[in-house]
Amino acid sequence: MAVAEEKTSPETSEKSWHGIVLQTLKRNDIRLVPYVPDRVLTTLIKNLHADPFFTTFPTAREEEAVGIVSGAWMGGARGAVLMQTSGFATLANVLASLAIPYQIPLIMFVSERGTLGEFNYGQSLVCRTMRPVLDSLAMEHHTATRLDEFEFIVDRSIKQALTTQAPVALILSPLLTGGKVFDK
Amino acid sequence: MSNDNPARNTKVMNRFDLTSRLIAKLKNEEAVIGGIGNTNFDLWAAGHRPQNFYMLGSMGLAFPIALGVALAQPDRRVFALEGDGSLLMQLGSLTTIATLAPKNLTMVVMDNGVYQITGAQPTPAAAVADLVAIAVASGLSNSTWAADEEGFERLIDQSMSASGPTLIGVRIDDKPGVGTTRRDPVQIRERFMHGMGVREPL
Repeated sequence: MAVAEEKTSPETSEKSWHGIVLQTLKRNDIRLVPYVPDRVLTTLIKNLHADPFFTTFPTAREEEAVGIVSGAWMGGARGAVLMQTSGFATLANVLASLAIPYQIPLIMFVSERGTLGEFNYGQSLVCRTMRPVLDSLAMEHHTATRLDEFEFIVDRSIKQALTTQAPVALILSPLLTGGKVFDK
Repeated sequence: MSNDNPARNTKVMNRFDLTSRLIAKLKNEEAVIGGIGNTNFDLWAAGHRPQNFYMLGSMGLAFPIALGVALAQPDRRVFALEGDGSLLMQLGSLTTIATLAPKNLTMVVMDNGVYQITGAQPTPAAAVADLVAIAVASGLSNSTWAADEEGFERLIDQSMSASGPTLIGVRIDDKPGVGTTRRDPVQIRERFMHGMGVREPL
C-alpha cells in the first residue's frame, strides 16, 4: 500500500494516510499539532507546516507536547500530538497524572516502530511496552493497518475523545505507512 | 566556586509571600498555572481563583501547560509558577517557548536549590547552575533574577506589557507551602475552564 502510494499520490492527497490525518484534523478543528518527529511522519509534518490552518512545531520531549495541548484545550483550542513508539514510552506519568485524571481529550498519533521489519532491538523491546501501558490505564487505542478504514478510525476516535473527555492513541502500523526500513 | 553568579546576590525570599504579591496584582482574570507540590500549595493558599490551575503530578509541565493556554488565548496574560527541581525536568521546554515567543506568558522560577517536599535534598543544579542563565541561553532573552520583593513586583509589572515571553528567577527559602490544594483534578480543571471563559458552570 505504501509503495503504491509513493508512486501515485500527491503529497496532499486525501487518499494517502497522511492526507487523511491532515484533512480529518482540519475537519475537527484541531489546529495545534506539536510533535517529536519520526521518519514515517516526515510528509505529514511537512504538510502541516505548509498549511496555515495549523500551528505545528517540534517539542524537546513528548510529555512537553502533551502538556501544551492539555493547556490549550483548557483554554478552548484543540490539539493533537505526533510521536513515535519510543516517545510514547516516556508518557506513562503524564497520562496517569494529567490527561486521564483531569479528563483531557488528549489525541495522540503514534508511528509504530519495533515490529514488522524492525532492525533495532531496543525499538522492538520498547514497542512491547506500549499496548500494556495503554491497557493498564484502560485507555482507548486503535492500531490502524488499512487505508480504507483509516478515515473512519481517525474521525470517530477524535470525536469520541472530545465528547467523552478521554485520551486516545492512534497507532500507525507499518501496514498502513510502510514503516521505516533498514537502510544501513 | 565562582561568586559572580547573579543568583547568589539576590535576596532569599519566600514563596508564599511572592505568590501573594503576584495574586494581589491580578485584575484582569489572568491565568496562573501552579507547578506540582509547594508551588501550587502556596498558590492555593494565596486565595483560590477560578483562573488558577493546580497540578497534582506531571512534574515539570507547568510551563508547557501555560504555553498551551497562552497560545489558545493570546489576549489573556498567563503566569506559570514552577520550582527549580521541576524546571530541571523540562529544560528543553524553554527552547520551545523561546521559539514560539508568546508575549502573553510570564514564567516564575521558585529556586530554593532543594527538593523541599521530599526532604530538602539538594538538586543536582543547586551548587553549579544558574537557571536564569540557562533560560537566556535557551533563547529567552528577557530572563532576570529578582533582587528582592520590590524587584519581583517591578518585573511582574514589566512583563504585562513585554513584547515577548518573560522569565523571572526568585531565590526562595526552604519553607514548605502554607496550604494544601484540594486534590480533585476534575473539579480543578472544570473550574479553570470556567475561569478561562471556555465553559459555563452546569
